[in-house]
Amino acid sequence: MGDTPAVETKALTRIFEPKKKKEGKTVTALDRVDLRIEKGELFGLLGPNGAGKTTLLKILSTLLLPTSGKAYVAGFDLEKDFVEVRRRINMVSGGEISGYGLLTVRENLWMFTQFYGIKSRDAKDRIDSLLDQFGLSDKRDEKVRTLSTGQRQKMNVVRGFVTDPEIIFLDEPTLGLDVNASRVIRDYIIDWVAKGKDKTVLLTTHYMAEADQLCDRIAIIDEGKILACNTPANLKKMVRMNKTFTLDVTLLADKSVLGTVKGVDKFTYVDDAEKNLTHLKFVLTDESAVSDIVSDVLRNGSKIVSLQKTEPTLEDVFIKMVGKGFE
Amino acid sequence: MKDGWIKRNLRAVRGRAYPRVIGSTREPSWILFDVALPLLTVAAYAYIYKFMDAPKEFVGFVILGGAMTAFWLNILWSMASQLYWEKEIGNLSLYLMAPISRMSILAGMAVGGLFETTLRAASTMAIGILVFGIALSLSSPIMLIIVFIVTMISLYGMGMMFASLYLLFGREAYHMSNLMTEPIYLASGFYFPVKYLGFWAAAGASIIPITLGLDALRQLFYPTTGAAYRFLSTDAEAIILGILCVVFIVLSKLSLDYMEKLGKTSGRLTLRWQ
Repeated sequence: MGDTPAVETKALTRIFEPKKKKEGKTVTALDRVDLRIEKGELFGLLGPNGAGKTTLLKILSTLLLPTSGKAYVAGFDLEKDFVEVRRRINMVSGGEISGYGLLTVRENLWMFTQFYGIKSRDAKDRIDSLLDQFGLSDKRDEKVRTLSTGQRQKMNVVRGFVTDPEIIFLDEPTLGLDVNASRVIRDYIIDWVAKGKDKTVLLTTHYMAEADQLCDRIAIIDEGKILACNTPANLKKMVRMNKTFTLDVTLLADKSVLGTVKGVDKFTYVDDAEKNLTHLKFVLTDESAVSDIVSDVLRNGSKIVSLQKTEPTLEDVFIKMVGKGFE
Repeated sequence: MKDGWIKRNLRAVRGRAYPRVIGSTREPSWILFDVALPLLTVAAYAYIYKFMDAPKEFVGFVILGGAMTAFWLNILWSMASQLYWEKEIGNLSLYLMAPISRMSILAGMAVGGLFETTLRAASTMAIGILVFGIALSLSSPIMLIIVFIVTMISLYGMGMMFASLYLLFGREAYHMSNLMTEPIYLASGFYFPVKYLGFWAAAGASIIPITLGLDALRQLFYPTTGAAYRFLSTDAEAIILGILCVVFIVLSKLSLDYMEKLGKTSGRLTLRWQ
């Protein structure tokens, strides 16, 4: 890892003012964010919707100016040296629909390489090689509008990597994809960072397992603030002192009482009306709270279907930090 | 990646022009919609002149006006609203993130649009000439090329400026295009010599480059009749068009910079449905 960090932010703040004062309230999307991502790192950013992840990526990709604070990418000041920054970055978003439907996959990718000054022949070689790696070779000459969602997202990911950036920002790149398409993309990301010299990825994702599998370090962000930043293993150690339990019960109408049980640090739930089940997840400071929880559940007319003690996951860390799950 | 700034931007122009250039071969339906249908309007005016026993050259004036209409419609409905639509389909943020001048993207759109529209305009001209048996007597091919080039650069420069402004207008952009479509048929003299609007009205309409360009082209294709119905001399019109080239390119650069700065500050530049 080099001396100059890939990304560095100092007290980075972004405030959105409403277009008209009467129409809404001021939103602080980023609140004095300090972050340092080293070259060669695969860094994850976890947070619920509206936490500030995309705002941070937009600032780092030069699409948005901060209200205050400083940000540096590859050592360059984002506000002063934005062209140097742009030469070194690329970004891919989940569900992206970029490009033109009447172009073929290869033409579409070629067009985007031209904005980075890549010679046509080099561009076509790189495109062919990447399409091969992503299993899209047979779609090379198909029009973009004929691609499935998964194929289209793979093409988008190829678009991000084909310019050979030093730093790539991936904003939920596997959003809505099936297992196979997600795996192909994840495997490529891991391989790209491992094989490339000082190649850096800043990834935002909703999928905890994906963040756990891919990232060297993860920052948890909520309401514009970084709540924790560490390796997945160290983050999980933060909740190891706590006990985590999952409890499946028949559909439970009133869950409010469960949060007040002594020894419950945090809890989340998901109702599955189809199966007549409520899935409960608890982070406990005192394991004996389980009996009180079970009593409360039974008192509310519900039945216990299963009870399981679990190893802490990133989701538990997230629940502890943010106070709620993604659901 | 190590190439210089100019080379990188030229590649960007080529890259962005490509979809338009290739689009004209992929979707041949444009021959019906953009050549055959506009000819019906042109034909209506041509028959009016024929019915009135107007000089034969007037039918040529109309055909020329009909061909040039394609450029104006391309400016309004494609060039001007292009950045807005690029934002809606998600391309704009990718363009803005690229290490190139934003002018290259606009220039690419302009070059692609110009190529595509020149094909359409030439087709309209060719069919019109064949159907109505028009004879052209070109006096100065070099001047014709110069006038065409300065008309197109200033016209597409204006389109580039509109592209930034339309992005600021957001969804209102459609109304702007509607507003500017019909009056221009009158103001720019697409189907009659603009001189008949009167000097000051014609001078005002000359802010739209196609007004002077069309007047000059008519004089060059029909030296005698064209000169009799001219607004200004071709030399004067070429000089004014040259000035308009500079004015519109500079204004488009300024409005693009302003739009980008405003967008980066307000955060609305890449937000859809605005």
